[in-house]
Amino acid sequence: MERLGDFKLPQFFNYPPLFTLQPVKETREKQVQLWKELILSYCRSQKIFLIGLEEDFPLFSNPVIERSLSHEAREVFLSALVNEGRAEWMDKGHRKCLILWLRIQEWADYILNFVKENGFEDSVMTIEEIRSGVETRGTELAGIDRGLLLRVLRLLEQKGKVAIFKGTSADDDGVKFSA
Amino acid sequence: MAANWLPPVALTASGRPIFLPGEVERYLLPAVDLEPGENSALLPLRSGLLVLTSHRLLWIDQSSTSGFAIPLAAVINAFHPKKSIRNMFASPRICIQVSSSPDGRVAENGTRSEVITVVMRGKNDPDAFYGRLMEVLRSRQWEASAAPERGDFGSGSPESATVATTERVRMPVVGVSGILRKEQELWESTDKSLQEAFQDLNALMSKAKEMVQLAEKMRLKLLSGSSAQGNPNDEEMGSKQEIQDWLLSVGIASPVTKESAGALYHQQLARELADFVKMPLEKAGGMIALVDVYCLYNRARGTALISPEDLLQACTLWKKFDVPVMLRKFDSGVMVIQSKAQRDEEVFARIASLAQNPDALRTGISPSDAALTLGIAPALAKEQLLAAETKGLLCRDVSLDGFRFYINLFTEIDPSDIYLIKNNGQVHLWLSSLSMSG
Repeated sequence: MERLGDFKLPQFFNYPPLFTLQPVKETREKQVQLWKELILSYCRSQKIFLIGLEEDFPLFSNPVIERSLSHEAREVFLSALVNEGRAEWMDKGHRKCLILWLRIQEWADYILNFVKENGFEDSVMTIEEIRSGVETRGTELAGIDRGLLLRVLRLLEQKGKVAIFKGTSADDDGVKFSA
Repeated sequence: MAANWLPPVALTASGRPIFLPGEVERYLLPAVDLEPGENSALLPLRSGLLVLTSHRLLWIDQSSTSGFAIPLAAVINAFHPKKSIRNMFASPRICIQVSSSPDGRVAENGTRSEVITVVMRGKNDPDAFYGRLMEVLRSRQWEASAAPERGDFGSGSPESATVATTERVRMPVVGVSGILRKEQELWESTDKSLQEAFQDLNALMSKAKEMVQLAEKMRLKLLSGSSAQGNPNDEEMGSKQEIQDWLLSVGIASPVTKESAGALYHQQLARELADFVKMPLEKAGGMIALVDVYCLYNRARGTALISPEDLLQACTLWKKFDVPVMLRKFDSGVMVIQSKAQRDEEVFARIASLAQNPDALRTGISPSDAALTLGIAPALAKEQLLAAETKGLLCRDVSLDGFRFYINLFTEIDPSDIYLIKNNGQVHLWLSSLSMSG
């Protein structure tokens, strides 16, 4: 079976009906489930946070069988993820979608866990250090979408788990983890 | 039993009377009672359908399950009592004097006579019926067909007499050439009657019976020819079959018409149609498009054509009768006639097995593929594929290559483990068909 980057595609990726939005309710439900699963695992493996509906997205077409998803189908599958809290539309026009292979709350828990395991309680990190620093290398946090990270941190701030403070420039925005 | 005083009438599965050779329907009256003579202890027949044909007076009960006949040959006289003050408000009636056997059964050349009263309870036109009855009685058509069948065509002309004699010493009919030769001779002998027939429409109508007889005769000859033959090759059989089919589809000898059936038109049409579609349905595998039936049916009727509205109305009436066929409307609006015996499950089973052969697994099936394999029209095949899709059996693939159906694998794949392939499942089957193609 082919691969997309280092993502192993499932066998049924070569099944042509996968790329046609199925009109029959039960069949469609099954199809939507498979696509949700595919999108989440692909994005997670490739660290993809944003999908632009109008841009080429490797998972949404299969050159081997010459099939690709219509705009409508993409929107249907992504909306299904949005309804489950596994994605969020970035704009009213549904042109950009934030994929949450971890939900916001799960990200928050992940960060707390990361802090605890690495003994970062009471220490300070900049946003950029979290996104691309050596400390987070090899974790899910490496390469995390900036907007997403800020939202997660704000959630933690509300709960009193972190304190966000402004730096001289956006790059210097920092966060202090509480004990 | 109510009426053993009259001979019974055979009915078709959908409740139309089976006519005698050459018998033509002339008038129909609903809600009619038949009352036996006053001195008789026999029970009257209540509220049935009265059918006047060229040969008989038929009475069919309301549910169209049984019927009785008065052969017109047994009718001595018929009279229409004048309205008097006494019977002014009673239902109109017509009295028919018939000959009967000593035990009171109606029969030709009986020694006694009996008066049967036809009581019309519905809103009928007794005078029109009476007029038609007298017309039929005067024409004595039953005598014509009771005579031996030989030499029906252009009888009395010297040519046909010669043909008839030569026919007896002729070589046995062998193969298509034999049939063609025989047909050629028949054509020549009937050329005259055909020419007469086509002179004008009236003449054609009066010749219609002969034409049908001609067709029937040729069919019988073909049938006997094929059974007599030892080892006919397939091609010959095929062409023979074709000729037979042609002739069979000539054959509605006495089509229901608005003129003969009046208010009962659509009801009787529905019954006639139910009988007619049986054969085309069988051939088409249990389902046939309404437009196809329209063509076939009108071809069989020949002159008394019906409109599409009449056909539709007749089909919708089937719901009320116990007939073996039904009208079905697909979601797309395509209408078909379907035999009730045909189960959707059977069709689905056939489609499923079609969709599981290696080629279909790999490339899917198009409506035209299915039409070829199932032996039905592409529009119908598409409907059946769509029905199978709705059922969850198939799913679709729409691409630049067109619209194709695949066996539904979605139901089998486990969303929580998208890499898992169950052994001997549909997905497994599909994968092996892919690897076969290389």
